[in-house]
Amino acid sequence: MPGKLKVKIVAGRHLPVMDRASDLTDAFVEVKFGNTTFKTDVYHKSLNPQWNSEWFKFEVDDEDLQDEPLQITVLDHDTYSANDAIGKVYIDIDPLLYSEAATVISGWFPIYDTIHGIRGEINVVVKVDLFNDLNRFRQSSCGVKFFCTTSIPKCYRAVIIHGFVEELVVNEDPEYQWIDRIRTPRASNEARQRLISLMSGELQRKIGLKVLEMRGNAVVGYLQCFDLEGESGLVVRAIGTACTLDKLSSTAAFLPACNSPSKEMKEIPFNEDPNPNTHSSGPSTPLKNQTYSFSPSKSYSRQSSSSDTDLSLTPKTGMGSGSAGKEGGPFKALLRQQTQSALEQREFPFFTLTAFPPGFLVHVGGVVSARSVKLLDRIHNPDEPETRDAWWAEIRQEIKSHAKALGCHAVVGYSESTSICEEVCILSASGTAAVLNPRFLQDGTVEGCLEQRQEENLPPGCGFCHIPYDELNMPFPAHLTYCYSCRKQKVPDVLFTTIDLPTDATVVGKGCLIQARLCRLKKKAQAEANATAISNLLPFMEYEVHTQLMNKLKLKGMNALFGLRIQITVGENMLMGLASATGVYLTALPTPGGIQIAGKTPNDGSYEQHISHMQKKINDTIAKNKELYEINPPEIPEEIIGSPIPEPRQRSRLLRSQSESSDEVIELDLSHGKKDAFVLEIDDTDAMEDVHSLLTDVPPPSGFYSCNTEIMPGINNWTSEIQMFTSVRVSRLSNINLTNQTLNKNFNDLCENLLKSLYFKLRSMIPCCLCHVNFTVSLPEDELIQITVTAVAITFDKHQAVQTTKTHVEKSLQRASADNEELLQFPLELCTDSLASHPFSPAKEHLESASSNSGIPAAQRATSIDYSSFADRCNSWIELIKLKAQTIRRGSIKTTVSVEKASPLTEGHFRQRSAPACANSTVGVVKMTPLSFIPGAKITKYLGIINMFFIRETTSLREEGGVSGFLHAFIAEVFAMVRAHVAALGGNAVVSYIMKQCVFMENPNKNQAQCLINVSGDAVIFVRESELEIISAQQPIASCQPACSGGEIAT
Amino acid sequence: MTNELDIFVGNTTLIDEDVYRLWLDGYSVSDAVGLRVRSGILEQTGATAGVLQSDTMDHYRTFHMLERLLHTPPKLLHQLVFQIPPSRQALLIERYYAFDEAFVREVLGKKLSKGTKKDLDDISTKTGVTLKSCRRQFDNFKRVFKVVEEMRGSLAGNIQQHFLLSDRLARDYAAVVFFANNRFETGKKKLQYLTFGDLAFCAELMIQNWTPGAVDSQVDDMDVDLDKEFLQDLKELKVLVADKDLLDLHKSLVCTALRGKLSVFPEMEANFKFIEPCRSDRWPLNDVRLFLNQYSASVHSLDGFRHQALWDRYMVTLRSCLLRMYHD
Repeated sequence: MPGKLKVKIVAGRHLPVMDRASDLTDAFVEVKFGNTTFKTDVYHKSLNPQWNSEWFKFEVDDEDLQDEPLQITVLDHDTYSANDAIGKVYIDIDPLLYSEAATVISGWFPIYDTIHGIRGEINVVVKVDLFNDLNRFRQSSCGVKFFCTTSIPKCYRAVIIHGFVEELVVNEDPEYQWIDRIRTPRASNEARQRLISLMSGELQRKIGLKVLEMRGNAVVGYLQCFDLEGESGLVVRAIGTACTLDKLSSTAAFLPACNSPSKEMKEIPFNEDPNPNTHSSGPSTPLKNQTYSFSPSKSYSRQSSSSDTDLSLTPKTGMGSGSAGKEGGPFKALLRQQTQSALEQREFPFFTLTAFPPGFLVHVGGVVSARSVKLLDRIHNPDEPETRDAWWAEIRQEIKSHAKALGCHAVVGYSESTSICEEVCILSASGTAAVLNPRFLQDGTVEGCLEQRQEENLPPGCGFCHIPYDELNMPFPAHLTYCYSCRKQKVPDVLFTTIDLPTDATVVGKGCLIQARLCRLKKKAQAEANATAISNLLPFMEYEVHTQLMNKLKLKGMNALFGLRIQITVGENMLMGLASATGVYLTALPTPGGIQIAGKTPNDGSYEQHISHMQKKINDTIAKNKELYEINPPEIPEEIIGSPIPEPRQRSRLLRSQSESSDEVIELDLSHGKKDAFVLEIDDTDAMEDVHSLLTDVPPPSGFYSCNTEIMPGINNWTSEIQMFTSVRVSRLSNINLTNQTLNKNFNDLCENLLKSLYFKLRSMIPCCLCHVNFTVSLPEDELIQITVTAVAITFDKHQAVQTTKTHVEKSLQRASADNEELLQFPLELCTDSLASHPFSPAKEHLESASSNSGIPAAQRATSIDYSSFADRCNSWIELIKLKAQTIRRGSIKTTVSVEKASPLTEGHFRQRSAPACANSTVGVVKMTPLSFIPGAKITKYLGIINMFFIRETTSLREEGGVSGFLHAFIAEVFAMVRAHVAALGGNAVVSYIMKQCVFMENPNKNQAQCLINVSGDAVIFVRESELEIISAQQPIASCQPACSGGEIAT
Repeated sequence: MTNELDIFVGNTTLIDEDVYRLWLDGYSVSDAVGLRVRSGILEQTGATAGVLQSDTMDHYRTFHMLERLLHTPPKLLHQLVFQIPPSRQALLIERYYAFDEAFVREVLGKKLSKGTKKDLDDISTKTGVTLKSCRRQFDNFKRVFKVVEEMRGSLAGNIQQHFLLSDRLARDYAAVVFFANNRFETGKKKLQYLTFGDLAFCAELMIQNWTPGAVDSQVDDMDVDLDKEFLQDLKELKVLVADKDLLDLHKSLVCTALRGKLSVFPEMEANFKFIEPCRSDRWPLNDVRLFLNQYSASVHSLDGFRHQALWDRYMVTLRSCLLRMYHD
């Protein structure tokens, strides 16, 4: 009996009138946990009942504490008929299960009904007495902290970053069970809400167990998602990064197990599940027995490990000629080897983090992604290994091999997503291939002179740009130059990544949100034919999206993308692609070239004129953008630029956007003939469209900036004025003669108009930046496109802009010119150095293995599961190249673009901002933000994860103000419930907030609508910096502060 | 391509004061969009008409959702659905309960019944206030009236407590409730020149002095009704007019005291009774004040008159009211 849960029902207020005769209500409350239910007395004739109940005590296993939500139902007592339910409150008691988080949950909770929405509030107090029995940790994983934040939470220090944890749980969807035909919509919704709550709890517990096995004490970057697979079931899956965290203020770690960095940990590959999780022991509820989970089965992991060896690139330190180079090649090699060994034990060396401790990220290879189209089928036997779990494992394997092909042993900024339409499901995974510093991956033993040296030698803020792969055997075509910052290492011309901009990256000017939008019609089809059609379309979409991104990046005069997210959405008769990223100009990379337009029929005079007109327009736009985003990189003297790179630089500069790299590769060049990659041919209708869409993107109005990363490069003087919002639009296509072209235009307009509306709505916040702009697209019906945007608008102080970048640039410039002579003298040595430091030869064999790899699982599938056999998939761009080369005439694809070392642009910059005018924080205000920080404030405590799922349904849509009225009210209610839970935990903000799902269905003819929303975030307590100064003035020691400042963001 | 659904929900509820004004004034969304376009907002912000339409719709929807809460303002403070800073909450409430001078003068003193509500059409036409806005203002009057009608304690205080209005607005509502309850006809032609401010001033004095609450702060309806006893007692004062001796004596006392001080002395002597004639004779305000002071003070010198306290309760209030009402 490791825990006692105590609940007290204090009072209610603003209850609805349940008795028309008296205009009053006779309310009482049922408190349920597991299978035990308590009831309060009936409080007669009041809309503001004061129950003041005794403490209801539940004696339960901590396992149940983790899985089960506390369920509070408010009812109206009726003497003659059945009691009417007023509404419910589900309280996740998980935050009470670890000592550092909340100790009590106490406050007013909205009483929620799935049909009526919020109906009054109830005041509840919840406490948990845990009997700390360490042995029990086998079954439960109480004590493991969860964070949605995708960086090391402020006020913690990462002792070890262990790596990837994943789990999924499936069940039948109550909405599709036979019983749903006879029960009320309310009962069905509640069954669903309860089930998902239960499954989330179970999932979290299981992930926690894996973390404990890895000797970790926390999960960072925890991302949990639901797949509503309809008839075939309900999947709840989660990924995260296991870490051992140390609280900064107190040196004593709270988990003794983690305090002694155990060596064995390295020996334990985390997948070798010592947890005989065959069944949960103890008095489990009947419901639990219906919930099946699949942990990677032994057989599977064997399979994967075998393929692992096929692909693995054994580090050959000696390779690449012995010349050590002056940068301490042997050290590097050793470092790499260590990292390699640390990571190779992991089945998937993935990290869901997007920002990292300084020094963690060494190099970035580029974006790796994989997609797979599957046919959903009812899960007949959930214990079979060939299930959703296997599907994901397959994709992850692919991601891993892609990363290896890029000379990288790890993937950071990793995420997974699905898109489901009827029985077809697209699984997607993407991340950024990277080389990591082993220091954080193991316990502290490696720490020492090695890293120190390494760091000393690294030039500031450009190391992550240096290519990790072998220059002579590049896995994809790339145009390399010497780093514009340090002049020592090779860098690609363009970098694409899924992570945030590293803190120490030097950037010129400001960044901006860049989106690529694309629609492709497809024929309606059934099952396999449908899946095949989708599979065939995917490579083209990926390619188009990539080309658009590249074009838009050039149009902005920038050379790198951060936070790249590509979403492919499947509908009945179309596919939608939406890529969002934040473009920046990295000083380490070369200046991007322009875009050149060429006509096919050059003899026609008027045609020529048209083309030159277009060309001029494009050139003007580039010039304007450079001005707008303040992109004026320092002029580097030509002799410095004159790097000893053998490529015909001039040619590329003259004929094409010089940054386009791919056509240098022979393989592609051959297939392209003599055509130029970045020359857009106007005769091509698609290209015409491209050019057009390039020019229709309107820059935000003056005073506005936008990005989809945590913070905007080039802006660092935030005020404390923030506004988080969600905006939803559903647009109906006029369906008659839909072509790809009109569809694209419609989609583009929809996105642009939505952005325009946001700028208008938030105009009072100017100067302002929309941060973490997150678009999601869904296709709820044939002719409907739904776009959901969540972001936070932050006002910044125009007059206090701190020009840190400039000095950085100058510094690096000086350094560059200083190093230059040296550089010119020893070009050869440098080359070999880079070889030595990149002892992989990812080369062609890997490309092949990557593609052949895709063939093997296909065969396996054929034998294993009925439907998935045909299922084809679209790999990352690596695979695409070949396809492209044959099928597409213009443009080149760059499989991967690299980046690295993201960590929120923090400390230094922020510290310099003056303290903002501190708004009088009124009691009860709860801030919400998708960012991991609150401007102008310091997070002092993490109270636990918020993970909530709600369903709302109506049968009186018109009366509730139509679809807009219905959804507006629902989203406002969801915000309210999140805030109430945070406040009850004692918090005043939720950070890393995300609306993971917003599934909206309507049937206006029946006057009905239904919506499902899933949100999550981290509940925190923050203290305004101005208040903090007072405190620290009083306590001048404040030893934790300098340490904290590393991650802290202030206004 | 049309937007079927178009919403924006902020963690802090966005309130646009200009749009709120238009909504309160009862304009339809399209009218409001038209008015906003004319205000030049498109040029200032570079927005399109579509954006403006969407924005206006969104604000109107928000206001519509808030309206239910505005009916009982304390709920707005305690509700959890809309996070609104306190200063904004106060603004929302204050503006929602504010009323138009033209409208209130039409309704003041009338019974707040369905009958009157039916006349709102006419009032709307007459005053130029939109029917929607008339309804809101009328419903506000009625709602406040219903809540405080039977309540103990200070009328304005009760209103402030239950509707969280500013001091000033709460006192105005007290006047509205007072007039409505006592059905003082304020619509008469000769009272047309009086502003709501004048009448509210008088109502406040009457509430202070002539209601049961003026004597005993524990009785029901203390501020709403006039003190019946007091009204009864007032009959006693008729003696001042009815009794010829007393009247003459009073008159001579007043005349003696004011001789030489008033520029309009002859008229006063002749008219010695009520104030309306003064206006037609264009007395200066100061003369009226002097006269009234003397008029009430000299009663104390009347030996045969025993209701001095009653007289004061009556006259102090009356004098102030008369002075306030004495203007063009």
